[in-house]
Amino acid sequence: MSVALRAAASPREACRHIARRDARLIAGGTLVMNEINNRETVTASLVDLASLRLRSIKIANSRVTLGAMTSMADIAAHPKLKFLKPVVTAIGGPAVRNMATVGGNLHAEAPYGDLGVALLALDARVTLETARQRKTMRLEDFYAQHRKLGAYLVTAVNFALPGANRFFFTKAIRRKPVSASVVAVAAHLPRKGKRLAGPRIALGAMAPHPIRAKAAETALDGKALDETTIAAAASAATEGSAPASDPYASAWYRREIAPVYLARLLAQAAGQKS
Amino acid sequence: MNRIPLRFHLNDAEIGEFIDSGTTLLSLLRDKLGLTATKSGCNQGSCGACTVLINGAPQLSCLVLAARCEGKSVATLEGVSDNGTLHPLQRAFMDGFAAQCGFCTPGMIIAAKALLDRNPDPDRGEVIDAISGNICRCTGYEPIIDAILAAAAEMRGGKRKSA
Ligand SMILES: Cc1cc2nc3c(=O)[nH]c(=O)nc-3n(C[C@H](O)[C@H](O)[C@H](O)COP(=O)(O)OP(=O)(O)OC[C@H]3O[C@@H](n4cnc5c(N)ncnc54)[C@H](O)[C@@H]3O)c2cc1C
Ligand code: FES
Ligand code: FES
Repeated sequence: MSVALRAAASPREACRHIARRDARLIAGGTLVMNEINNRETVTASLVDLASLRLRSIKIANSRVTLGAMTSMADIAAHPKLKFLKPVVTAIGGPAVRNMATVGGNLHAEAPYGDLGVALLALDARVTLETARQRKTMRLEDFYAQHRKLGAYLVTAVNFALPGANRFFFTKAIRRKPVSASVVAVAAHLPRKGKRLAGPRIALGAMAPHPIRAKAAETALDGKALDETTIAAAASAATEGSAPASDPYASAWYRREIAPVYLARLLAQAAGQKS
Repeated sequence: MNRIPLRFHLNDAEIGEFIDSGTTLLSLLRDKLGLTATKSGCNQGSCGACTVLINGAPQLSCLVLAARCEGKSVATLEGVSDNGTLHPLQRAFMDGFAAQCGFCTPGMIIAAKALLDRNPDPDRGEVIDAISGNICRCTGYEPIIDAILAAAAEMRGGKRKSA
């Protein structure tokens, strides 16, 4: 099969090129190259994002900005992003982590997209460029709309640094130490005193892309984390979800296991010193 | 098919080749340059048999377009031994029966070398993480983990732990 690769000159130029040529962006390539090797993609005109300066981690005024080409390994190595280490070190082995990027993870379909699950719980904003303009939108809206955006390129995501011991992540897997998610759960649990204030819970592998568990959030908001509230959140965990069956798990099993993993994560959070 | 020129550094040699733009680094190494230590297992990124170092960091050569290696430095198992003298990792794998069919071994040794280059004194958990993207269908992993720890100890100049 014929593959043409061209270096992106700028985000806008890359957008114009993909709009005209039916071309694809290639970031780390861990998903795109799989499609090419499996011959799922017949025409492969690829625009290489490595030439753009999108590999960066900036922290200013308690906001973190991750360039789209930042790798999972870059995040794992950053001293101020320790709360994301359990997320990124659960993605592939070291070689995958060196290649896999933030921008690619936002486009990974279930059961992949674990970093996106964490970013959704952190209420991240996505900055993207089209051939004409730059936009910033909530990650949640990005997931709902990106297929309708036409040619675009994600340049960065940003989010507020969570407080110490306020962000939690876990995932159920079939093969230790790393494998694709049976289900992934991320929780951002800010507190006012003992009570949760605006908790955000996100699930991976429970729909084609990461989703919020809004019913579970409602069950927790304004309450203290205890056995009763944890049980209420767990029983609401799968509301609105639409998991698929794949080689890692059946949809039925995912629905069974998601509440269990959410309850364990919340119990872990309840045990933390505030 | 697009023919493009490519220059890169491979195990201390300068390589200049004309390649098809869709060629993976794995295919360039094995099929064109005849360096067959790097193995082709799954072509999906799942098995780690094709692991090489690119600018010192492990990557999966089946998922890397060779064209993206322009100007970079690539290291494969062929470059690990020193003029026929085996690397401590290679000796430890032999001594510790860490290779049975041997298919995973090149990827395992490259993944382990990437760890030891960065961290000469890893604990068992760090070794397990380093090879977590490499599948072995024969050994059950324990002899591989032991061999890597033994090689690390030897390279630090200490005694090799007996298994
Ligand atoms: C063995 C293996 C294990 C894996 N395990 C996990 C896992 O446990 N969890 C997990 O979440 N993922 C996993 N993955 C999937 C994948 O590696 C990650 O999701 C990764 O972050 C994808 O990023 P990439 O840069 O490699 O994407 P690419 O393959 O480069 O791109 C993927 C898609 O995103 C688009 N894209 C990329 N960057 C941008 C951008 N900046 N703007 C617009 N579009 C863009 C591309 O056009 C393409 O359609 C695994 C993959 C492999 C091979
Ligand atoms: S051949 Fe590359 S990971 Fe299996
Ligand atoms: S020794 Fe056979 S696959 Fe590892």
